[in-house]
Amino acid sequence: MKHDIFEKNSLILLIGILIVVSIGGLVEIAPLFLLSSTIEKVQGMRPYSPLELAGRDIYIREGCYNCHSQMIRSLRDEVERYGHYSLAAESMYDHPFQWGSKRTGPDLARVGGKYSDNWHVDHMRDPRSVVPESVMPGYPFLAKRKLDFSDMGARMKALRVAGVPYTDEMIEKSQEDVVAQISPDSAEAKALLERYPKAQVRKFDRAPGGDPTELDAMIAYLQMLGTLVDFTKFDAAGPNLR
Amino acid sequence: MKATSEEVIALSGATAALVAVLIAAIGAVLALFGQDEVIRFHGALFLIAAVAAGYYVLAHPREGGADEQAHYMDGPIKVATIAAVVWGLVGFLVGDIIAWQLAFPALNLDLPWTNFGRLRPVHTSAVIFAFGGNVLLATSFYVVQRTSRARIAGFWAPWFVIWGYQLFIVLAASGYVLGVTEGKEYAEPEWYVDLWLTLVWVVYLFVFLGTLWKRKEPHIYVANWFYLAFIVTIAMLHIVNNLSVPVSFLGAKSYSLFSGVQDAMTQWWYGHNAVGFFLTAGFLGIMYYFIPKRVERPVYSYRLSIIHFWSLIFLYIWAGPHHLHYTALPEWAQTLGMTFSIMLWMPSWGGMINGLMTLSGAWDRLRTDPVVRLLVVSVAFYGMSTFEGPLMSIKSVNSLSHYTDWTIGHVHSGALGWVGMVSFGAIYCLVPWLWKRRGLYSLKLVEWHFWTATIGIVLYISAMWVSGITQGLMWRAYDNLGFLKYSFVETVEAMHWPYIIRATGGLMFVVGGVLMAINVWRTIRGETSSDIADQPASAAAPELRHAIAATPAE
Repeated sequence: MKHDIFEKNSLILLIGILIVVSIGGLVEIAPLFLLSSTIEKVQGMRPYSPLELAGRDIYIREGCYNCHSQMIRSLRDEVERYGHYSLAAESMYDHPFQWGSKRTGPDLARVGGKYSDNWHVDHMRDPRSVVPESVMPGYPFLAKRKLDFSDMGARMKALRVAGVPYTDEMIEKSQEDVVAQISPDSAEAKALLERYPKAQVRKFDRAPGGDPTELDAMIAYLQMLGTLVDFTKFDAAGPNLR
Repeated sequence: MKATSEEVIALSGATAALVAVLIAAIGAVLALFGQDEVIRFHGALFLIAAVAAGYYVLAHPREGGADEQAHYMDGPIKVATIAAVVWGLVGFLVGDIIAWQLAFPALNLDLPWTNFGRLRPVHTSAVIFAFGGNVLLATSFYVVQRTSRARIAGFWAPWFVIWGYQLFIVLAASGYVLGVTEGKEYAEPEWYVDLWLTLVWVVYLFVFLGTLWKRKEPHIYVANWFYLAFIVTIAMLHIVNNLSVPVSFLGAKSYSLFSGVQDAMTQWWYGHNAVGFFLTAGFLGIMYYFIPKRVERPVYSYRLSIIHFWSLIFLYIWAGPHHLHYTALPEWAQTLGMTFSIMLWMPSWGGMINGLMTLSGAWDRLRTDPVVRLLVVSVAFYGMSTFEGPLMSIKSVNSLSHYTDWTIGHVHSGALGWVGMVSFGAIYCLVPWLWKRRGLYSLKLVEWHFWTATIGIVLYISAMWVSGITQGLMWRAYDNLGFLKYSFVETVEAMHWPYIIRATGGLMFVVGGVLMAINVWRTIRGETSSDIADQPASAAAPELRHAIAATPAE
């Protein structure tokens, strides 16, 4: 039989396998990097501020993606429950993406601004103090831990290698910007806002004074989720959009 | 048998020692100069493992001689078999603990190291890569030697693969608990652990191929096609999906090279084919060897196995986008993913039929031999979940099932039912064969294992159907005024009882695993079997079968 050639030559079998298993991936993945219609042109997207990025790293460290999606599907009930369906552009600086696969808890793509900082502080310490039926673990240790932001510049440099448009200035000021984002009304905060428009500046963990905590970073990240794109200017049928 | 030459022996020992020194050096650098605690700890683990391995290589020089090549090499297979049982217990147990956490959140203890988010990857990696991976390593090394009638290629290399893989597991799991993760499901290990696995995997590929090159059979047996496809494709998936930029070469943290929509597509191309090639192709290799061997019947159809093989590996790789329906992934990709997922039903059932019909003329074995029953019921579960999978990939069904427990139930009907049961069957075959026993310590215990595991699985998947479909329907329910009827947390509350039933089913599966561990342990120790008369001739090690056949029946 003709199949003999594969059964009698391990290298021909190996090459046959490689060809057969490569096709699907090439057809489905490669165009996503090449077609400009994959990511919509929107206004308002910017890289994460250093404090938000530190919060995102904690979000990943604790495995929040195991229970929370960040992807609102284009279905009526989801749009009514969570807000405008998620755009590809909204996760264009997400290395890695955090769309998730399971909603043991609700979607977080637009959780920014939905709850107060105080609510988040209580919720992180003891979720059942604000939502009695919740099954979320408590994260009381976040409030107690000082944020380690000594290597923010290195983290942003690595992201720049991966394609995030951090400027030299952003990287140079990374550590000051972490402090600036919890220091309202300071000159540094003003400079931060120029680099990162729409960044929210306040002491997120409600603890008076002191160094930034992990809880500051986490809440800063949660409070900005889904707030960047200006949907008043977004036109899903626009010429530059798919 | 030609004796291995002095030069080859010296070269293999020197290479092994050199590799150990190199790894020890890298480990020492990471342990001393690492920028965070985890990488220093992992550097120390590298150092300890390499020093131990190097010491062993030097203290036990390879003897060579004609005798060495005259036998199959079973030592690494024994280690992987025991490792599979041990890691299996760990993985099942952690899974059940996190199942109880979802029913009773106080069990998270509010500590970083014990919360659901960090333990869930420990569970998934332990069952898929630690349990499943060791079963695949053990069976592939066993099958490729027997079906090629050749001793495994290399002397230290197979040992490196087995122990290197255990080190990978320890690095990955300890990293998760300590908060080191890349944040991509089933690909959580950080960059340096990924590099280590790549090295181990490439050596695995060469050991496997090298054994095929030494074969004395003209044809490569069908099980080996599946093993080879599994090894090669997993290498491709692992390397591409884990491309990332380390923050520092002395630190644990890295960022995925891809972002957003491209990262999502790459991840689910990887994720679904971890299912397709790790949990399916590899275990189909097990099906194609262990079912025919245990029931002593040839594979049902040779032609079907050819069609099964090529169509399965071609179609599977396209299925990833069904994890991303209605998301920001372009619609053309979603449609392709759905179309190929539906087509995948056919080769899957072709394979199922080939496995089941191998019992032609030996169906009575289903009644008399619980090991056969484990193997056959696993194939039945395979058929069930490969029907459910295409169904759930249809966009309109997926809009209901996605993000809910239905997905979790589907995965577990495949993982517990197919992968778990076929692995148990293979382990029950392998242990007496490897340790040269007449049979298992107790066939009755296998019977108990079969029923506790089966009832556990049924409880598990029914509970997840109920909770998944309930939650999906509640999310989209509207009241008479056109408002969403339920708040999110009301749907969480409705999950409470299904979660308790699921965790109970999981507990039964864990108990089954404990029964297996006892049985395996006692078989290895060589304790006399109480029901040896009930066990088929194929339960005995091949060397002992002749003696059994010579004993006249009473």
